[in-house]
Amino acid sequence: MAKYVVKRVLLAVVTMFLICFITFFAMNAIPGGPFNGEKAKSEAVMQALNARYGLDKPVGEQFINYMKNLLHGDFGVSLKTGRSISQTISESFRISAKLGLMAVLVALICGIVLGCVAALNRNKWPDHIIIFFVTLFTAMPSFVAASFLLLVFCIQLGWIPVWSTSNPNYVLPVIALSLSPMAYITRLTKTSMLDVLGQDYVRTAKAKGVHPWKVIFVHSLRNALIPVITYVGPLIASILTGSLVVEKIFTIGGLGSKFVDSITNRDYPMIMGTTIFLAFIMIVMNLVSDLVYKLVDPRITLD
Amino acid sequence: MAQNYEIPTPKKRLLSLQMDPAKFEKATDEEKKQQDVMAESTTFFKDGMRRLRKNPLAVFSIIVLLLIILTMIFAPVIVPYGYDEIISVEGVRDKQAANLKPFEYSAKEQAYMEKYNVKVFPHILGTDELCRDYFIRVVYGTRVSFMVGIFAAVMVAVIGTVYGAISGYAGGRVDLIMMRIVDIIYSLPDLLIIILLSVVFKETMDFSKIPVLGKLGTNMVSMFIVFGLLYWVGMARLVRGQILTIKQNEYVLAAKSMGASSGRIIRRHILPNCLSVIIIMTAQEIPTAIFTESYLSFLGLGVSLPMPSLGSLANAARSGMQSYPLKLVFPAVAIILIVLSFNLLGDAMRDAFDPKLKN
Repeated sequence: MAKYVVKRVLLAVVTMFLICFITFFAMNAIPGGPFNGEKAKSEAVMQALNARYGLDKPVGEQFINYMKNLLHGDFGVSLKTGRSISQTISESFRISAKLGLMAVLVALICGIVLGCVAALNRNKWPDHIIIFFVTLFTAMPSFVAASFLLLVFCIQLGWIPVWSTSNPNYVLPVIALSLSPMAYITRLTKTSMLDVLGQDYVRTAKAKGVHPWKVIFVHSLRNALIPVITYVGPLIASILTGSLVVEKIFTIGGLGSKFVDSITNRDYPMIMGTTIFLAFIMIVMNLVSDLVYKLVDPRITLD
Repeated sequence: MAQNYEIPTPKKRLLSLQMDPAKFEKATDEEKKQQDVMAESTTFFKDGMRRLRKNPLAVFSIIVLLLIILTMIFAPVIVPYGYDEIISVEGVRDKQAANLKPFEYSAKEQAYMEKYNVKVFPHILGTDELCRDYFIRVVYGTRVSFMVGIFAAVMVAVIGTVYGAISGYAGGRVDLIMMRIVDIIYSLPDLLIIILLSVVFKETMDFSKIPVLGKLGTNMVSMFIVFGLLYWVGMARLVRGQILTIKQNEYVLAAKSMGASSGRIIRRHILPNCLSVIIIMTAQEIPTAIFTESYLSFLGLGVSLPMPSLGSLANAARSGMQSYPLKLVFPAVAIILIVLSFNLLGDAMRDAFDPKLKN
């Protein structure tokens, strides 16, 4: 186990470093320094600015400095607002995290319940209905889902007010974000539940006269949920990337819309900071879900 | 086999277990017929297609895809408008033709039709805010999304297959190192990297001189590059796994012992056997590519204007959503239909060609 953990953690560290590397040099490849802004500055001012932010040093040294600052949680300063990026991220991530967590919970709970219902009613009408919607939702990009929800419930029917900071309504964004992961979890739960229901120990439990509900919840579901654990990492990644567009559509001022804005504004330090931050969360979540997966199921052999 | 010749009866020795031919009887023709193979022999491909045809969902998705492809090919020939053409009546730009409803004519067009008693080709899906025919824009958007999806998927298939084949066939240390690289690429958050590189390529590269790529724009080129860099890892893993099992077969050993080169063994013996897996995976990769393209276009990192794609059409429709909701519905439905059909077809192909892959 220890060997596996070390291997996984090492892989995560290497990946994280690679992302920082790619991000830094990709952003450095763009011609023009950060101060070639709207206003023309004199040569002396440019030099002073470059020296102030360490931009006169060779690229390698800049990278090392950037990495050092990253380890202290310092992402630099935004070009557009002039504010500290780590501050902007921590403020806007609060909204995104709340939204994302709700979406993760909704996706997990609904997905598992629907998957179980579909597996227990195999080839009956609940199964067919669930699988129909699941297939439909997997074919729907999150921005299409979000736009449709906004169109139908906010504009046409007027049931749910449009998002505002004073009166935040998380219902529609959460639904829009959780639809496609929910569909995936439903499929995953259904197949793994069907697999478990065919196992010998389930038949034994049934033959012993264990209550049907106990067979479902204790003997089957607990084992059927193990594959779902591995999906939690990718689930969080998909919700985070999905929230880029969903936040934009619902005009929620979270990290996602900050990221999209920084792309349109060409605010390179902000793009770098947000990419590295989002990537960090995704990698950590992947790591955790992989480790938990190995921990909960003793049958899985470690290599 | 059917030759008739007398089998000489050997002399039977004492206590020998040798069979006595005299005790056997010749088979009649009727009995011989039973040995014939009744069903016509079938190839792997034919067998899979037969199973595919029996699946109603597969047939449905094939029909939908065929309809979409036919529309994509023939609509630009039939409809007399261009995707970036502003509607004009008698050579004069028609400013009232903006945001028409489906099959609606502008006042100028109506006057023109009454004056000359002719019919102007209807705007099947209306027009957009810049007075362009929306139907032809959706058709071109579908074309772009479709081609991007297929091209990206084929590229992923080629790179992943070559990489996986080398890694799986070489084995040992080479395999270990190549798979570590795959592990690292696999754990990179792909969409974030795509966004990042799109931003960079947009600033640093200029493809506008190259004929087809120039029209699609730098963003699409960068998307292809990123697809080529990142998305092949799933395919490489799959192909490697397949090859590791196929490598153990006797016919590979036989070919090796007869002195066949590694390249020949991979090409002639191993790859044909994992072809079904590769095709299925490619079919499932197409919707992913279409998703990514529409997602990027939606963020404004997709095809460059005025070339439409389904994602950028949906994004453009968002601003006028309150008054013209249909503008959003058409491209969105097109995306859903394409992705849905490819998903269903991919699943059906998996079931038809490789039942082992089902879970």
